[in-house]
Amino acid sequence: MNDRGMSIIVKTITGPVKVLIFLFGINVILFGHLTPGGGFAGGVVLAGSYVLLMLAFGKGYAEQNLPTSLASRLDCIGALLFATVACLGAILAGSFFVNFLYQRYLPGRLLDLVSAGTIPLSNLAIGLKVGASLYLVVVMLSVFGKDTADKV
Amino acid sequence: MTGWMPAFVVLPLISAFVLPILGGRRFKPVATVFANLVTLALLLLALAWLPRLLAEKVATYRVGNWDPRVGILMVLDGLSWLMLAVIAIVSAAAMLFGARYMEQYTAKAKYLSLFMLMLAGMNGVVLAGDLFNLFVFLEIASIASYALVGFGCKDEQLEASFKYMVIGGVGSSLILLGIALVYGNAAALNMAFVSKAISSYGWNNGLTFALVLFVVGFGIKAAVVPFHAWLPDAHPAAPAPISAMLSGLLIKTLGVYGLTRVIFNVFGLTGSIGWVLIGLGLASMVTGALLGIGQWDVKRLLAYSSISQVGYIFAGLGLGAVLLQLGNAHRDLARWAVLGALLHLANHAVYKALLFLTSGSIEMATGTRQMDRLGGLAQRMPLTRAACLIGSASIAGIFPFAGFWSKLVLVVAAVQARFFWLAAAMVAVAVCTLIMYLRLHRYVFLGPLPESAGMVRDCQGSMRVAMLILTVVTLAMGLVLIVPQVRGSVLDPAVDVVVGGVKQYLAMLEG
Amino acid sequence: MAYALCLLLFMIGLYCVAVKKNLVKIVIGLAVMEYAVNLFLIMLGYRAGGVAPILTRSEVGPKGELSDIFVSRAVDPLPQALVLTAIVISLGTLALLIATCIRIYSRYGTFDITQIRRLKG
Repeated sequence: MNDRGMSIIVKTITGPVKVLIFLFGINVILFGHLTPGGGFAGGVVLAGSYVLLMLAFGKGYAEQNLPTSLASRLDCIGALLFATVACLGAILAGSFFVNFLYQRYLPGRLLDLVSAGTIPLSNLAIGLKVGASLYLVVVMLSVFGKDTADKV
Repeated sequence: MTGWMPAFVVLPLISAFVLPILGGRRFKPVATVFANLVTLALLLLALAWLPRLLAEKVATYRVGNWDPRVGILMVLDGLSWLMLAVIAIVSAAAMLFGARYMEQYTAKAKYLSLFMLMLAGMNGVVLAGDLFNLFVFLEIASIASYALVGFGCKDEQLEASFKYMVIGGVGSSLILLGIALVYGNAAALNMAFVSKAISSYGWNNGLTFALVLFVVGFGIKAAVVPFHAWLPDAHPAAPAPISAMLSGLLIKTLGVYGLTRVIFNVFGLTGSIGWVLIGLGLASMVTGALLGIGQWDVKRLLAYSSISQVGYIFAGLGLGAVLLQLGNAHRDLARWAVLGALLHLANHAVYKALLFLTSGSIEMATGTRQMDRLGGLAQRMPLTRAACLIGSASIAGIFPFAGFWSKLVLVVAAVQARFFWLAAAMVAVAVCTLIMYLRLHRYVFLGPLPESAGMVRDCQGSMRVAMLILTVVTLAMGLVLIVPQVRGSVLDPAVDVVVGGVKQYLAMLEG
Repeated sequence: MAYALCLLLFMIGLYCVAVKKNLVKIVIGLAVMEYAVNLFLIMLGYRAGGVAPILTRSEVGPKGELSDIFVSRAVDPLPQALVLTAIVISLGTLALLIATCIRIYSRYGTFDITQIRRLKG
């Protein structure tokens, strides 16, 4: 991936389009308990918006936008959030991973946005983790090429 | 106490994600101490579980309080406990060794995180109560080990890691295809429900194909002979504590335990599966020993020796399977064969880990692994030499050490079952193993010190402590067979689970 | 019949892994094998004339019970959950494989496995 990005037409179009893709990813994650998708698919779409950013504007711009150290921290925070939700189930309701919100505190109405207990929280955590992970994977894979062979 | 069962999996998993946050340069000692505390906690938890295991034979845990038919079930019975204890001891020692050894690599926090992931995966495989959970944790452990093999990022390590990844990936796909076939035939994934369905609907060709796929897939993970091509490259290339984990734990947890659970407890013994296991075991024993004698690289020699010893385990399990199928009159002899195999599994995990740790200490001190450039280390590295001596005596089967007892049980069981050719092969391979390790000692420790050795010092700090711990454990393993209380509490529950087969597994889970 | 085609796809992937000499082609062969297994798993849950196992307002009764037509026509959702997990796992493996390939290329200068043979014996 070269650092200068693509032509001016691509850069202009990418501006609004990447925002739409990011929003679509958030939609897939948030409504994961009602429509197909959920945490993993939404996370992939989020990472996809960053890949578009990297292709159109160059890798340097994307790294300024979301540095790899921050992405790595977000990754770990996502996983720890998921583990926290699971452990809260163990502490509050007896067994590990129990859907304590649905059974006790916040049942919600069926097929609403606020329903199905802890499943939306897990979706958020997984979406955050997968998005950050795939972004890191794509950035790291683009570091090596024929011209950086001596620097390795 | 049952509520702590997920801790075996969750604790390493959480620490795997906390460690990279602690990863900066200032926090490296904190990360190392934290990781060591986690492995120590797992060891204490595993040991504290023993009285409860002896009281009730099995503990189950329903994740999420879901009914077992639709949910995930975690099962801890005798065989799982044996594997958990072995995993906990070896991983605690390897982590302690790595505290000092991994200073020569960069990115230590990532190493610790990957180690924790591998540990979580192995614990999950051993505690899994349904087939798909077994597959998921098997993959977690495998992917973490692929990354750890290539950790040093030198040329040979990358090549070895790639080879391991491709062959391991093929094995995993085969296992998943087998699980898909089992689901298609039995309409359930929980191991108890699958065995109930198989025993009520009968056997068909789809299940035979699934069994073949499982044997090949788990055989690739266990590195038995037609599928062993990745092991002699991957195990030497990994850093020393990871070689100890791979050779001592991973091939047995993912390969041998997975296959044992599927064949003995889920499918039941059908057809000539026992003969297949004996054949694979025999081929591995002989090939590993013969190819290992000519090696000049210390760790490659140890890797071929691993292939050979895993062959012993497979041969013992196959012998037990054949005897169980012959009828109830042979049940006692089958118990002895399986006991020999499981004792050999535990023994080999401990002393192979010790041998790989000593090879790591040699490599860190002298900078080379080639035996023709080493020599005369006996006077400079006395602790390493003593540890290597005890480990080699155990693996070669010399009298009071641990390996002697397990090989004795296997050979006597083979002779009493009139499988004389198998017993003869076992003894011949034991002689070859002795030759291999005598050669190792002669070239590495005895003889004159080469001029290039310079100021070679013995290992320091945590490496010393880790090797001492494993040496003590190796010596103690020699008592497991002879002392009846220890044998009864540690080995007999595991043997009961394997020999009891499908009926006992179902009865255990329903009670 | 469709299952046999799945196994044929699996064999094609296995052929690629075993025979091809380019590192990237071996990786693609492994990916094809994993796709074949995922396809096989999904096809196991298929029911002729089935609908996707997703609840909408029209399928849920007033007290929250499911309509009978839905239960009798929905395809099996369990293999779909298994396949989601398997896809994530194969994503992880593939990412690691490609990263290793790139590093090997920058060290050895070639993707040809007959030239990447420093480990022998």
